[in-house]
Amino acid sequence: MKPRSKELGILVILILLVVASALKNPNVYSGANLQNTGRLIGIYGIFSLGMGLVIITGGIDLSVGSLFALLGVGLAMMLEKGIHPVLALSITMAGGALVGWTHGLLVTRMKLQPFVVTLCGLLLYRGVARTITEDATKGFGDATGFEWLKAAATGSVIGVPVPLVLLVGFAIVTYVLLHKSIYGRYLFAVGKNEEAARYAGINTRSVITWAYILCGFFAAVSAILLAFYTNSIAASTHGNFYELYAVAAAVLGGCSLRGGEGTVFGILLGTTLLQVIRNLVNLLRIPSQLEFAVMAIVILIGVLADTLLQRKSNKVKTTKV
Amino acid sequence: MKIIAGVYQPDEGQILLNGKNVSFPNPGSSLDSGIRIVFQELTGLENLSIGANLFLGREPRKGFLIDSKKINQDSEKILTKVGLNRSAQTLLGELSLAERQLVEIGRALSMKVQVLILDEPTSSLTLEESNRLLTLIQELKSEGVSIVYISHRLDEVQAISDRVVALRDGKNAGELAKEAITHESMIKMMVGREVDTSRIQRNAKSGPKALELINISTERFPDCKVNLTIKQREILGMAGLVGAGRTELARATFGVDTCTGEIAIDGKQTHLKSPHDAIQKGIFLAPEDRRNVGLTLTSTVSDNLTLPNLKTINKWLTHRSKEEEYANEGVTKMGVKTASIDTIIGTLSGGNQQKVVLSRWLMMNPKVLIVDEPTRGIDVGAKAEIYHQLRTLADQGIGIWMISSDMEEILRMSDRVVVMHEGKISGELDGESATEEQVMALAVGNTNATNQQNGVSQS
Repeated sequence: MKPRSKELGILVILILLVVASALKNPNVYSGANLQNTGRLIGIYGIFSLGMGLVIITGGIDLSVGSLFALLGVGLAMMLEKGIHPVLALSITMAGGALVGWTHGLLVTRMKLQPFVVTLCGLLLYRGVARTITEDATKGFGDATGFEWLKAAATGSVIGVPVPLVLLVGFAIVTYVLLHKSIYGRYLFAVGKNEEAARYAGINTRSVITWAYILCGFFAAVSAILLAFYTNSIAASTHGNFYELYAVAAAVLGGCSLRGGEGTVFGILLGTTLLQVIRNLVNLLRIPSQLEFAVMAIVILIGVLADTLLQRKSNKVKTTKV
Repeated sequence: MKIIAGVYQPDEGQILLNGKNVSFPNPGSSLDSGIRIVFQELTGLENLSIGANLFLGREPRKGFLIDSKKINQDSEKILTKVGLNRSAQTLLGELSLAERQLVEIGRALSMKVQVLILDEPTSSLTLEESNRLLTLIQELKSEGVSIVYISHRLDEVQAISDRVVALRDGKNAGELAKEAITHESMIKMMVGREVDTSRIQRNAKSGPKALELINISTERFPDCKVNLTIKQREILGMAGLVGAGRTELARATFGVDTCTGEIAIDGKQTHLKSPHDAIQKGIFLAPEDRRNVGLTLTSTVSDNLTLPNLKTINKWLTHRSKEEEYANEGVTKMGVKTASIDTIIGTLSGGNQQKVVLSRWLMMNPKVLIVDEPTRGIDVGAKAEIYHQLRTLADQGIGIWMISSDMEEILRMSDRVVVMHEGKISGELDGESATEEQVMALAVGNTNATNQQNGVSQS
């Protein structure tokens, strides 16, 4: 098996951060804080996994944040109108998958660059979301008629927040899909060398399209959880920049933007690390304006360390030969 | 040629210019000495105008700004000289290949030039355009410029050369003075004499038709219709010069490129729209570009071997042990020398990489195996093994379509030889009796010469 140095490095950083800050501020261990951080890890983790699949094909999905806004206000408006909650949920999830399918078709059939396709998505979905709400903030009020749904989305199972439970489920499914199934092998093959995969008889178009469909679907699930978590969806700001959290998590976790590399475990670690950093910025009373800057530095350190380590190990290899 | 351009360094020997020993340590240094090279692959920037391309890297300036007026004036002069009737402000991308070729030549001429090297300058030109170029060359010659004209079009070589030098396998294979230049004498020099012609004997007679191409036109040569049959139990050798359209034909058959025409397998018409379709039908291609499309170099031997057949090896989920078993069998079958099946394939030698490519298809019971330059960049030992394997496969009933630029390989392996020239099949020869001269003559498009010379009738 290949060495998992990438995951190991980031795990070490994560543990160091948690221990060091816990010593400085014991509040890190408070139940409420752990619950909240766990909830966020769950929400962010699910769509980061979807993003990871797309990144492994060598693509990217920049539209996730705007999709949160569109699906979020869509869900709120459907429930407002009294549409049955189960139907509303189904429509939301199908909508996410449909959007992903469209991205996939544009990328594979029209040969457009994923960056461009999903950048247009980013602009389009935000614009649609703002237009249909006329920039009014949407929410779920006291959830009359779908109390159970709100309770499920915002609740906990034996103390573990529901989003985190769902993340575990999604992670297991994605793990099997990516690391144990034939589709997963195709996905890596396409990401490493699309032409070679095509010459080996793989239907590269459908493999790539499915990655975008799954990404859209995962994003929709996160969108539902996020909508209930914030309970106030302003179409102009809801979900802004969230796609970049997912890209950052995937890259931190060892995915290469060139494609063909990445693990479920790595993406989970990347997501966790990012959320822990955000949480620490809060708890350690670092000015919140610095939040992005701190994240940037951690990502840079992580990626730099990885590149340097790899260069070193390559040197060792070549001198041996 | 790349040594003269300063792209590569010579291992030994020296270059004399006007009797003086010179060296070209980097690209550009030969330019300073007045040597101009026009490469076969066009190098201009399509998004810039003709004028900007002509003066790229040495734009005349007015202070900090580019003096576009001067560029345009000077460009018009150069364009008149090469006979290109276009404004200097036209974008290069709007020009035809032939016109771009003229711009390249114009660029070469716009600088101080002592020696002009043209590499296959007419390969993309029409007859009329070629003639104009040949006239231009005569003019330059009379102005005192030395010209090296690299071409496989023997008519042109005969028409303009004062002296002909043939290179074969990187060695100087002979020289002819003007009086001695004829097609036959040139072909003789090109083929040389020291070929191992010991045939690799077949043990079975050709069977029924396995694969038939009927009126196939590829994207590259849309006007050429090709008919080709590959029979069971035979090795069909396909010879021709680089760029004759052999690889394009194979790619179209394998479903990588689109093509028009019909394909029949075992006498039944079928559609091969993608490599996926072709593989389902038992048509496999071991591509010419092994390193980029034949294999994923950064993956393991095992991953590369199992990739096309994962669905047969596994049911729903992947089973490590089954894949290992399969990969080990594949490695043994072709005698791939590798430390383990988990070795990254990019670290293996070219011969072993090629064996993995072949082995991957052998494991899937091919009907027809297309091998494009199967032994390019492979050492002698591995070559012999691959020849042996291909022969065995053919004897077992597989139809093998072997594209090769290696004359020795064609003559030793083929049961039938088909030669392509500029997108068309220029002739077919019997594998047992084909000679190097016959193949070479067909490869340069010289169908009549062969018939007269050898009294062989072409069908």
